[in-house]
Amino acid sequence: MSITEFTLLSLWVSGLLIALSVVVLSLIYLERKVLGRLQMRLGPMRVGPYGTLQTIADAIKLMTKEDIQPEWADKRVYWVAPVLVFIPAFMVWVAIPFSSRLVVQDLDLGLFYVMAFLVLSIVGLVMAGWGSANKYAVIGGLRAAGQLVSYEIPVIMVVAGIAIFTQSLNLNYIVDQQSPVPFILVLPLGLFLFFVAGLAELGRTPFDIYEAESEVVGGPFVEYSGAHWAVFFLAEYVSTFAIAALTALLFLGGWGWSASLQNWVGHPIGSEAIAFFEMFIKSYLVVLVIFWVRGTFPRFRIDQLMALGWKVMVPLSFVFVLLVAFATFYGWPWWVLSITNVLVLVGMGWGYHNKMHRLPGPASVVLHSAREVRDAR
Amino acid sequence: MDQIPNSVEMMVNMGPQHPSTHGVFRMVLKIDGERIVDVEPHIGYLHRGSEKLTESETYSQVVTLFDRLDYVSNLNNELVFCMAVEKLMSVDVPERAQYLRIILCELNRIASHLLFYGTYGLDAGAITPIMYSFRERERIQNLFESVTGARMMHNFIRIGGLKEDVPSDFNYRVQELLGKLSVAINECDTLLSQNEIFLSRTKGVGVIDSREALEIGMTGPPLRASGVIEDVRATDPYQLYDRFDFGIPIGSNGDAWDRYYVPLEEMRQSIIIIEQALQQIEEGPVVAQIRRITRPPKGAVFAHAENPRGDLGVYLVSDGTGKPYRVKVRPPSFCNLQALKPLLRDAYLADAVIILGSLDIIMGEVDR
Repeated sequence: MSITEFTLLSLWVSGLLIALSVVVLSLIYLERKVLGRLQMRLGPMRVGPYGTLQTIADAIKLMTKEDIQPEWADKRVYWVAPVLVFIPAFMVWVAIPFSSRLVVQDLDLGLFYVMAFLVLSIVGLVMAGWGSANKYAVIGGLRAAGQLVSYEIPVIMVVAGIAIFTQSLNLNYIVDQQSPVPFILVLPLGLFLFFVAGLAELGRTPFDIYEAESEVVGGPFVEYSGAHWAVFFLAEYVSTFAIAALTALLFLGGWGWSASLQNWVGHPIGSEAIAFFEMFIKSYLVVLVIFWVRGTFPRFRIDQLMALGWKVMVPLSFVFVLLVAFATFYGWPWWVLSITNVLVLVGMGWGYHNKMHRLPGPASVVLHSAREVRDAR
Repeated sequence: MDQIPNSVEMMVNMGPQHPSTHGVFRMVLKIDGERIVDVEPHIGYLHRGSEKLTESETYSQVVTLFDRLDYVSNLNNELVFCMAVEKLMSVDVPERAQYLRIILCELNRIASHLLFYGTYGLDAGAITPIMYSFRERERIQNLFESVTGARMMHNFIRIGGLKEDVPSDFNYRVQELLGKLSVAINECDTLLSQNEIFLSRTKGVGVIDSREALEIGMTGPPLRASGVIEDVRATDPYQLYDRFDFGIPIGSNGDAWDRYYVPLEEMRQSIIIIEQALQQIEEGPVVAQIRRITRPPKGAVFAHAENPRGDLGVYLVSDGTGKPYRVKVRPPSFCNLQALKPLLRDAYLADAVIILGSLDIIMGEVDR
């Protein structure tokens, strides 16, 4: 590697780090505002106009706070864990493009690389749980391991399906493949599986089981404070944004919808800016859906989560791969895939609905008249 | 549950500082993986010796101590003690005072159940319902503030009646409030009750049958959720409750969902009671003609009433002086809490929170 290449790469990486930090700050602000609106609140309003500086104030507070280390903690494991969570979350971004040229490294195995790094943060979570010498943290860490490993399978199977369909693992190429029809129309089942399993990968509601506030009080993070906790927090939001960007890339057509506008502008920087803008909006829309889900749903129990993972998500993801493989092998037109996808999705929804209504009926509470009760006595 | 060979049980201290033990309650859980093998509840972190303290206070001062038992349904507590003293002294409380007591107590019941609804959502991991329920609770608190001068610890229900008459616009304000509340309760119902994740978390979880519930001594919504028709307002009517027609929600499964839904339905019935009371209420005095210094005759008396959490009983012994000789409180939360140990055995760790939440305990009342 020559010196110029190295300088260029370091510039890219530091630029990425800064950009991601800004994105995370904006995401935290956005989440608090969106949740506030969902809950009839204003969200942060005090620090800066409309509370825009709130996250910066919080960041400063976290950085200047004392880093507490439990006396019994396994010190090395305890300090290394946040780094091991953050580095994979950050490394994922090396291969995620925001336009055809706005990417640190346009890898041919980009999707493979991203998936490989997304899994790694489990190690950090388990280490954090173990190193904290706290029982809640241990339970949380073990829950994280079980949950993340289980839900890795559907994510990988969906990605494999897309790789089969596009014959490529290059994210740039996958976006190009969606130019007439985005995969949200071709593979809606894939989008569903990817998004739900992605939520579980991120440990966000309704799958926030390993950090369940009302049960294990933050799980692996319970003993962390100050800057180290902030690193976990940063990693969580970087990963959230990564899943959102991947959803936009794999299913929402990436930056392809504004192609005619990009061609019309012609100027390379201008068209890149338009492409970036499109990706940006799509990723943020997916993030908004994630926040919306957080404001709406209660939490699963761990056995229900596992049942959903292994009895619904994993079999469905295999069905998905088979469907895509058949369609690709026999060269079926794309609408055959979308119809079969929708059928499988509807069937799953119907089955789940039926299962829920086999439970003792919701109308189990009946009214008795107080007057009759009174007269009977 | 079959013991897995070579598995090690882990002791986990849940509480007294834990977000979902509803106060300073401590459970020592023995868990095997995610399964609870055994639980040892520890109470007493909020013990203030309220019962003993009553013996050194005058009767009118004791009312303030009762405020602090179940600190989210203060007026209901005040009522029970005043009822006991009035029974001992054979005081005829004016009708207007009794109607106002019922209106205020039913409003307090709604406020208390709204708090339960919100925190139960939080226990299940849903963060939004509490905001909706607290908006409504705030309206009730504001009304209380304008009537009694305090948002909690009102000291408004006095021996022989009320401290003073309500403001002149009380009827209108309560009517307005009821309109908003009935909309909001339906809103809360649609927000959480039929959510499929919530159903799967609560249906069939923590089932207790009616016999066991009665043996433990449970009362109130948790008992009614198990299918026992028992509501002091109907089975042993006090004040003017025999003049009202309302429904008593009775569950059939005795699971956490029923224990969640019974209070929700009770809020609707409370609104019906208040509406009837507002129609029947007439002008008149709000306090009986009694001596300023309360000095009941010698004797013992028991009074009980349907509190939001169940049957609150007061056993009062008087030796004829200005201070009670002995006051024994039968707190509903304490008795309902006894169901925790049988319910938690073999439950999942996450269910510990769901089950404890569904029993709806207030530590101020459990520990006294």
